Amino acid sequence: MKDLSRREVLALGSTAAAAALFINPLTAHAETDLAKDLMKKFTGGKAATAGKIKLEMPEIAENGNTVPLSFTVESPMTKKDYVKRVIIIAGGNPRPEVATFNFSHLSGVAKASSRMRLAKTQNVIAVAELSDGSFHMAKTEVKVTIGGCGG
Amino acid sequence: MAKSKPRVKAPKKASKGDIVTIKTLISHIMETGLRKNKKTGKIIPRRIINKFQAKFEGTEIFSVDLDPAISANPFFQFSMKAEKSGEFEFIWTDDNGEVYSKKSKLTVS
Repeated sequence: MKDLSRREVLALGSTAAAAALFINPLTAHAETDLAKDLMKKFTGGKAATAGKIKLEMPEIAENGNTVPLSFTVESPMTKKDYVKRVIIIAGGNPRPEVATFNFSHLSGVAKASSRMRLAKTQNVIAVAELSDGSFHMAKTEVKVTIGGCGG
Repeated sequence: MAKSKPRVKAPKKASKGDIVTIKTLISHIMETGLRKNKKTGKIIPRRIINKFQAKFEGTEIFSVDLDPAISANPFFQFSMKAEKSGEFEFIWTDDNGEVYSKKSKLTVS
């Protein structure tokens, strides 16, 4: 095998640097303090368990100004057992709160869709409060090409 | 800004026990209060729809507390279990105090 030329070494180096750039945003996975605080406020300090709620968003959003958002919570939606509220949190936005959806047992199913803004690539979190006082959460990562909070 | 025009797509008829899907949209700028006027450098004041309510025969079935991260022209899709005939009322509340509303009738057989 022949030795690598200077040009080849440089090319390898820049590929590695580019790879590092791509990996970085993915490793920055931890929730922001803003998101954590808001979640705590919503649950009153209670822990939210994963599951029961399904959050559907595109993996890649080209335009952060209008990103489709849809969620479903497993619940019989009866007078005794229903979903009270669902909060959507985007920790990577300048302000993490997106919206709070209030359901009633008349809703039939705990399911709703809307469109939201995302400033950059981040995790979006949905937390549901059930009528029995328990909290359930789901999160999904959305990669954003053009941020939606430009000024 | 042009006057906000609410649009609603709700079924007119349903069978008892059906889960009906309702879609609503209102034209609105949803100014976040974070943007700056490029010429003057001043912050453009926040102006969003901050509350959406869906009522059926006067009872709230679904509502949303909106924050500035909801896109311009807020769109919502949600459901209701059809138990009896009646009238939907959809209400949007603007930061400036204006209220927009729209009604739609549902016949349950």
